[in-house]
Amino acid sequence: MNLFPFSFFRRGGAPAWALAAVFMLGLWAPLAQAQKLQPIPAPSMHVTDNTNTLDARQKSALEARLVNFEQATGSQVAILMVQTTAPEDIAAYANRVGNTWKIGRRAIGDGLILIVAKRDRKVRIEVAKALEGAIPDLAAKEVIDEAITPAFRVGDYVGGLTGALDRLETRIRAEALPSPNPPGPDAAQASLDGDDGPGAPHQQGFQWFDLAVFLFVAVPLLGGVLRRVIGRRLGAVVAAGAVGGLAFLFTWSIVAAGVAAVLAWGVSMLSWNSPWQRSGSSRFPGGVVAGSGLGNVFGGGLGRSGGGNSGGFRSGGGGDFGGGGASGDW
Amino acid sequence: MRNLISTLLIASFAALLGGCGYNDFQSLDEQSNAAWSEVQNQYQRRADLVPNLVATVKGEAKFEQDTLTQVIEARSRATAIQVTPETLKDPQAFERYQQAQGQLGSALSRLLAVSEAYPDLKSNQSFRDLRVQLEGTENRITVARNRYIQAVQAYNVKARSFPSNITARIFGYTPKPAFTASGDAQGGKAPTVDFGATPQPAR
Repeated sequence: MNLFPFSFFRRGGAPAWALAAVFMLGLWAPLAQAQKLQPIPAPSMHVTDNTNTLDARQKSALEARLVNFEQATGSQVAILMVQTTAPEDIAAYANRVGNTWKIGRRAIGDGLILIVAKRDRKVRIEVAKALEGAIPDLAAKEVIDEAITPAFRVGDYVGGLTGALDRLETRIRAEALPSPNPPGPDAAQASLDGDDGPGAPHQQGFQWFDLAVFLFVAVPLLGGVLRRVIGRRLGAVVAAGAVGGLAFLFTWSIVAAGVAAVLAWGVSMLSWNSPWQRSGSSRFPGGVVAGSGLGNVFGGGLGRSGGGNSGGFRSGGGGDFGGGGASGDW
Repeated sequence: MRNLISTLLIASFAALLGGCGYNDFQSLDEQSNAAWSEVQNQYQRRADLVPNLVATVKGEAKFEQDTLTQVIEARSRATAIQVTPETLKDPQAFERYQQAQGQLGSALSRLLAVSEAYPDLKSNQSFRDLRVQLEGTENRITVARNRYIQAVQAYNVKARSFPSNITARIFGYTPKPAFTASGDAQGGKAPTVDFGATPQPAR
């Protein structure tokens, strides 16, 4: 097993083309795409109007309505108005917006985006998979045909949007989705990030497993090596630096990295005092406690960074848009 | 000194096990299989819509029989081929499947384009409903195909790049085929429609 990489290195060619492949796939494709396609605006509000169609009063009325709806039901509904989606079809653009914003609660994924391309005279209701039962394609088409198209034809944009929201909200309310956690969006988000989030057990479990492997295998191993090479005190400092660096790499949070480094220093100093002599098992519970703290810090840091928070609207990050919904024109 | 060397060897062996990517292959393989199941799921959904569509269109007197027959034949060809994750490693089976689905796609879009010439059909509510459902299914197919392409890309990069390609060779994780642009263009090509009285010649 150990010999494989060395014999492979001697061949020489493969790593070079592997690097070239990574370069082409990872670097060229996004660059080429970014030049052609329409940019996706950041979801700073429920209502994003890049066409200056809505005046401030109309916009804030729609915004307040969608904020209320989110607080009441938890589902996230957003409106995006752009001039054009060219060169893409509105369905392709809407899907890209959906999967970039990922609106909808993290554990449930109940998001919906109403996209208007004003110059193209096209409109689309893009429905996340979790809401495809509440709003099947036919229902979305019905909303467009009966509420949006007639109003937009006579230039009544806000009327069309309001009428569409009336129907869509009724349909979402009729679906038996879990109600939002009462104590505000921050607490709800925090509890979803934690261990009791119903949608996150897989992710959390994976992180715990990694952490356990790291604590019980990598740290003692690293400890043994470092102790033999550079002694206990210096070794602990080096281990703390390594763990802190890793934590920073994964969380991009200096606080998390600092906490992890201090914990690693403590764990390594403890476990190296008397490695496998008397009451060696009593050391490991300490490691587990330290580990749980580390896990919470890691989990929290990762959850926050996924949120994309700015202003009054924060995407739940759970919406998965599989192409559901309907398009129409006026 | 001997202790140090053996410790270093054990450490490097452990690092190798972590870095060889065996676990990554498990998850990437599973992800691409799941993405493939979604592709098939959506193709199946489209095939299930076709009989209803055909029945509705048949109600329209004097509808072009050629177009209708093409859709029916393309559907039976497409549903005859099933590509499971196990047979995904066979590029030829994959190619046949892709071709059959592409033909069904172009036959369907042709049927929809031809139907523009029949005002009665266009105002028929069940035909309009089927149209919306078909459109939604085509969108879902596009998304599912893109996700499969991405999943396969991640898997193939892992299977071909160093050092995980060694693991791939040992455990038989060969690169998987993805959709090619030609199939896509063929499926998405808008057919030309002749609004005259003469029926369109078969392609």
